[in-house]
Amino acid sequence: MARALINVPPKAKRGEVIEIKTLISHTMETGFRPDNTGKAIPRDIITEFVCKYNGQEIFRAELFPAIAANPFLTFFTVATETGTLSFEWTGDNGFSATESVNISVE
Amino acid sequence: MTRQDEPLPRTRRRFLLEAGAIAGAAGIGLPLGSEHAAATPASMRAAIRKVVGEAPLNRGKIKIDVPALIENGNAVPFTVSCESPMTESDHVKAIHVFTEKNPQPNVISVQLGPRAGRASVSTRIRLADTQKIVAVAQMSDGSFWSDDVEVVVTLAACLEGT
Repeated sequence: MARALINVPPKAKRGEVIEIKTLISHTMETGFRPDNTGKAIPRDIITEFVCKYNGQEIFRAELFPAIAANPFLTFFTVATETGTLSFEWTGDNGFSATESVNISVE
Repeated sequence: MTRQDEPLPRTRRRFLLEAGAIAGAAGIGLPLGSEHAAATPASMRAAIRKVVGEAPLNRGKIKIDVPALIENGNAVPFTVSCESPMTESDHVKAIHVFTEKNPQPNVISVQLGPRAGRASVSTRIRLADTQKIVAVAQMSDGSFWSDDVEVVVTLAACLEGT
């Protein structure tokens, strides 16, 4: 299971724009690098990232091999209500990882 | 007697000039043929067209923030942000990032909505060469805005083994 780090402010005021930082461990093998025998190492990347706020999608990213290893993504959202932010990464070779954090909104 | 008037005999000098011209003409084609499979400015434009379609691409609103001189192309801090009130009627729908000389023109495509609050995304990208990066924002009214930056990369990503 890939290790993921999420940074979300635990508390926020209603209507405040909060910053969400995510980092997940993954090699993001591009598919363009040759191995010792000169053959290209097959591609193994995370292709999609989705963030949902209480089940409603707020952010989606399609990733390509040009994203550095251990993909780091920072984005924003409006704190609307107390609840859960869920994160989902999917990729090549059936890679899938999920993570969720709670946020309380006053 | 002036030198210019006499018809040029097949001298050594003339032969060298002609040989040089032919070699030069042939040389233009050579580096392209032997190059590593890579995106080109043309394939980047094609990738952008695929997103934008026939709509006009305006300059402005969106801004790329990336160091101009990059020591290590394997992980380049990269931020793209777009001016927008991010309301239901006027928001950024998507941001796409492209490069000119990476093996593939696409870098990242993100889908946003009014709930994003601020149209700004940061990540770390790979850059294979000194090149131009282009970001395109798609607004909710269907217009497209772009920005581009030139960056210098001293250590390239992607192409080395190990």
